[in-house]
Amino acid sequence: MALSLVLSGDADLLEIVALSLQVSLTATFIACLIGLPIGALVAIGRFRGRGAVLIVMNALMGLPPVVVGLLVYLHLSRSGPLGFLGLLYTPTAMIIAQTILIAPIVAALSRQVLEDLHGEYAEQFRSLCLTRLQTVQALLWDARYSLLTVGLAGFGRAVAEVGAVIIVGGNIDHLTRVMTTAIALETSKGDLALALALGIVLLVIALGVNAAVQSVRMTATRQAYV
Amino acid sequence: MFEAPVIPEAQALPGNKPMPLTVRGLMLELGGARVLHDLNLDLGPAGCTMIMGANGAGKSLLLKLLHGLMAPTAGTIEWAGTPAAQATKQQALVFQKPVLLRRSVAANVDFVLKARGKNRSKRDALLDHVGLAHKAKQPARLLSGGEAQRLALARALATDPDVLFLDEPTASLDPASVLAIEGIVSEAKARGTRVIFVTHDMGQAQRMADDVVFLHGGHVIEHSPADTFFPKPQTQAARDYLQGRIIV
Repeated sequence: MALSLVLSGDADLLEIVALSLQVSLTATFIACLIGLPIGALVAIGRFRGRGAVLIVMNALMGLPPVVVGLLVYLHLSRSGPLGFLGLLYTPTAMIIAQTILIAPIVAALSRQVLEDLHGEYAEQFRSLCLTRLQTVQALLWDARYSLLTVGLAGFGRAVAEVGAVIIVGGNIDHLTRVMTTAIALETSKGDLALALALGIVLLVIALGVNAAVQSVRMTATRQAYV
Repeated sequence: MFEAPVIPEAQALPGNKPMPLTVRGLMLELGGARVLHDLNLDLGPAGCTMIMGANGAGKSLLLKLLHGLMAPTAGTIEWAGTPAAQATKQQALVFQKPVLLRRSVAANVDFVLKARGKNRSKRDALLDHVGLAHKAKQPARLLSGGEAQRLALARALATDPDVLFLDEPTASLDPASVLAIEGIVSEAKARGTRVIFVTHDMGQAQRMADDVVFLHGGHVIEHSPADTFFPKPQTQAARDYLQGRIIV
């Protein structure tokens, strides 16, 4: 029955899947915009307190989703500092929560990738008298295929996350219901068919994205671009 | 203290700024150990200077100091009166193991041209000059050792350097690749680029050098014209080195 729901292209199911992808892909994109430059700057920077920054960055990778959800909720609720924006229980609130969750993952993982690459390039770049901006740009471009995996890790965390989005999104039908929150709800209601169907889609998405990134990386590896 | 003689050099050709080098009291300590000791050196404004010596003598460290990549513990290094750290932009360094970007051959040269604000139209001529025009679109890191080093040279020459440093660029290359590299370096020198070359290859040193700086245990123990150094080295360490005896 779950499979037939998937194969029949059930409208409700498709709507939930589309919203999940929209929220998680947007959050991943924004998290990369924030996390990659931070990762690059920490990778090439040598400054006082760098060790503490690394500890914080790594610790933030393990942010509990419900805590992030609660903090975003407190900020976006009517009485909160950003309540006037009216974002609570909207997809935007979910994107904000997921971005906060995965930006540290992107920053910390990209820092490691870029620091290794910088170790290889550093003397050559110093010889060329590159500016910090030129160095960051070059590192981000040359590590692009490795950073795809970092982005994928972020997306994986976002699309599978339930704690934060259920708090700030509210799991409202046709508005903020995504795959994970729908699975939780349908399971509690006993509608296992829809829950399983969503679970199948979630797994297929995870496999599909992984396969695509792996394929790109293999092509890049053959050309010695990784 | 060893007093290095000033080697008379041909005048630099038009197009490149003459780059005489003055080193005074240069000292470098790493991890508490002194690796270069009170070096004094005067090099003329043009030509090719070979830096020679056994492994661990301090050749590569001296090269990096002269290029401004490292700061000395004490002493001064000046290129035509400019401190080494401020002269780096007018210079280029080719490493023993070329550091190639994860891009195509052409993109590797483009990167340097763009970084230095130079016209990218030079790229094809540069690749043609080093014999890599037909590989422009290939991934740089799939080049052979000799090709990779020629690309590194093309990138270095893309900066129009007044001084070109080469740190054993032909180590582990086949004879044809060695001659190709030497040809490119000789042309750069003929155009007026000051060349500072580290090598262990005696034949190469004799083919390329105008003068030789011989390092031993972090000291410059000999600096003389090539046509004097090779037939009549003045120190026992240099004689041992040239005759292939192990020196410690």
